[in-house]
Amino acid sequence: MKYVDEFRDGELAKVIAANIAREADPKRVYRLMEFCGGHTHAISRYGLADLLPASVRLIHGPGCPVCVLPIGRVDQAIRLATEQGVILCTYADTMRVPASDNFTLMRARAGGADVRMIYSTQDALKIARDNPQRQVVFFAIGFETTTPPTAVAVKQAAAENLRNFSILCNHVLTPAAMHAILAVEGGVSLDGFIGPAHVSTVIGSRPYEVFADNYAKPVVIAGFEPLDVMQAILMLIRQINEGRAAVENEFTRAVTREGNRKAQVWVDEVFELREVFEWRGLGSVLHSALKLREKFSAFDAELKFSAEYIAVSDHKACECAAILRGRKHPQECKIFGTVCTPENPVGSCMVSSEGACAAHYSYGRFRGATL
Amino acid sequence: MSYTRPLDFKNGRIEMSYGSGGRAMAQLITELFAKVFDNSYLAQGNDGALLPCVNGRLVMSTDSHVVSPLFFAGGDIGCLSVHGTINDVAMMGAQPLYLSAAFILEEGFPLADLHRIVVSMAQAAREAGVPIVTGDTKVVEQGKGDGVFITTTGVGVVRDGITLSGNLAQPGDKVLLSGAIGDHGMAVLSQREGLSFDAPIVSDTAALHGLVATMLDSGVCLRVLRDPTRGGLATTLNEIAKQSGVGMLLQEAAIPVHQTVEAACEFLGLDPLYVANEGKLVAICAAEDAARLLKVMRAHPQAVDAAIIGEVLEDAHGFVQMVTRMGGRRIVDWLAGEQLPRIC
Repeated sequence: MKYVDEFRDGELAKVIAANIAREADPKRVYRLMEFCGGHTHAISRYGLADLLPASVRLIHGPGCPVCVLPIGRVDQAIRLATEQGVILCTYADTMRVPASDNFTLMRARAGGADVRMIYSTQDALKIARDNPQRQVVFFAIGFETTTPPTAVAVKQAAAENLRNFSILCNHVLTPAAMHAILAVEGGVSLDGFIGPAHVSTVIGSRPYEVFADNYAKPVVIAGFEPLDVMQAILMLIRQINEGRAAVENEFTRAVTREGNRKAQVWVDEVFELREVFEWRGLGSVLHSALKLREKFSAFDAELKFSAEYIAVSDHKACECAAILRGRKHPQECKIFGTVCTPENPVGSCMVSSEGACAAHYSYGRFRGATL
Repeated sequence: MSYTRPLDFKNGRIEMSYGSGGRAMAQLITELFAKVFDNSYLAQGNDGALLPCVNGRLVMSTDSHVVSPLFFAGGDIGCLSVHGTINDVAMMGAQPLYLSAAFILEEGFPLADLHRIVVSMAQAAREAGVPIVTGDTKVVEQGKGDGVFITTTGVGVVRDGITLSGNLAQPGDKVLLSGAIGDHGMAVLSQREGLSFDAPIVSDTAALHGLVATMLDSGVCLRVLRDPTRGGLATTLNEIAKQSGVGMLLQEAAIPVHQTVEAACEFLGLDPLYVANEGKLVAICAAEDAARLLKVMRAHPQAVDAAIIGEVLEDAHGFVQMVTRMGGRRIVDWLAGEQLPRIC
């Protein structure tokens, strides 16, 4: 497969691994956070931890869209489907995110709610066009990667005067989450970031410069293929060894400093900053999410259906918050692999294979397994 | 005898009366099922088929088919329902002998589609040499079915000296796969309504009893045979590991996947290890027989891409592990829930 196989070359991986082993200082620890769930997935799926020396520790960050979605937001979506009788369109990953009372969109669907799994915002628009007598709500979630398609859908709906279409907006911002991680008092001991891949194709590499300049944390933007991740780790180790903190771009085949200007303009036209947004794991973070501008308020499901957001606290024993901040490993959570499994996720990190807990459970739990 | 207007296989549709037990049902059976399936057992016209004595232990297996869409590249629900059950019988090391077929039809279902499906079943059964000897038809009201559901049951006979079972895998054994994975699942998924995605992927649906017979005739020490259908290769291997109380270590680089399937999976965020197959089998045999078995399999037209993909390990956890193409190691776990595409 062109443009994929080149980045999954096992022989090349060995070469980079040898370079990492040679250049990494065995007397110190390199704590590197991969922000994105896409990276977490790649690291687990390809078993990359086995190719790294003990001095390199990978910390799974909060960049998994469904992992940071708080219970109250899923409740809101479920209520729209069950109480308001709307057709709720959602990306597949969101179907299994646990809501209140062990409920999920999947279970709501089994109970008769009209919940439809879609691949594209265009599918949601089509459903709205095909069902003029029904209200159709798109459960818009994700980081900057999925925001432009939502913006396009809203603009299209406005242009077509598609009055039965609206969105439940939960789009969140990557740099804000990175600030939230770094700004914690006492801090998280991190030596550098493997920067987002797809998000950066949209926002560019410039927004990360503040982390290098103000927090002295090196950032290497990397693609989601295994060789991308390996190369980014090598680049981070070199920066750290040289005492530098800069934003470097390993993913030059897709990311520029400026990013996708057209997408940025569309997002800016449709959305504005929310004052505050609650993240699962990170808590309430100022200016970390988007809402529709007033011009498009007719497409805002929260306003249209007076769907109030009610915050719900996480399961007491769930350590998702500490895991999403890189403070704990999944296996340090008491309910990991017992009460909380991919079949019955309690915390959001167990839902998507991009989540730190699900990735470790599904791909890595043979490590350190005891009887 | 008075004239009866024949069924309209061009424009007609299933009506409730076709399942009522009356004249309409008799007409559907005569003009469609009995005519197309056509064999002496069915021609007995009784409530059941009276079958001759067989020599050996009997195997019986049943499978319901609810595929959507009903017609896909490389097959349809008809031939799938024949192949699926023949394969389940064959995986027990048996020679499949007879099939039954039960149809649940939805009111309003086009007779033309039903005819096409039944012809496809008959052709698949004839090619496999396994007649459909008895059957049943029910009709449900519109909205209470999905066009047509087909349940087939198969009976086969195992000759003496052959015992295959999921609990017989032993540490040291080799794991063989008969060919590339994921073709069926991706063929169906790429044509499913709502997915604006069209990949040139053809289902691998096929009856495997011929291949199985060849493998058994070779005299190798076979312990387990299984067809990795729903849940894909990963699920099948986990089932065997659990049943046998062993672990497994696979080599990712050895597992054949067609490029089109890999690309489609990549596009949709799916893992081919979990995608359904309908014409592939997994075999576990003693290590010393593996090379010979591989040779026998590759000489058969249905397994030219066969490969040794891993080995059985002693592991009380029952983990199925895999050395990735990158040289790392990971678990190939049970499928959790249904396989859902990832967002990013």
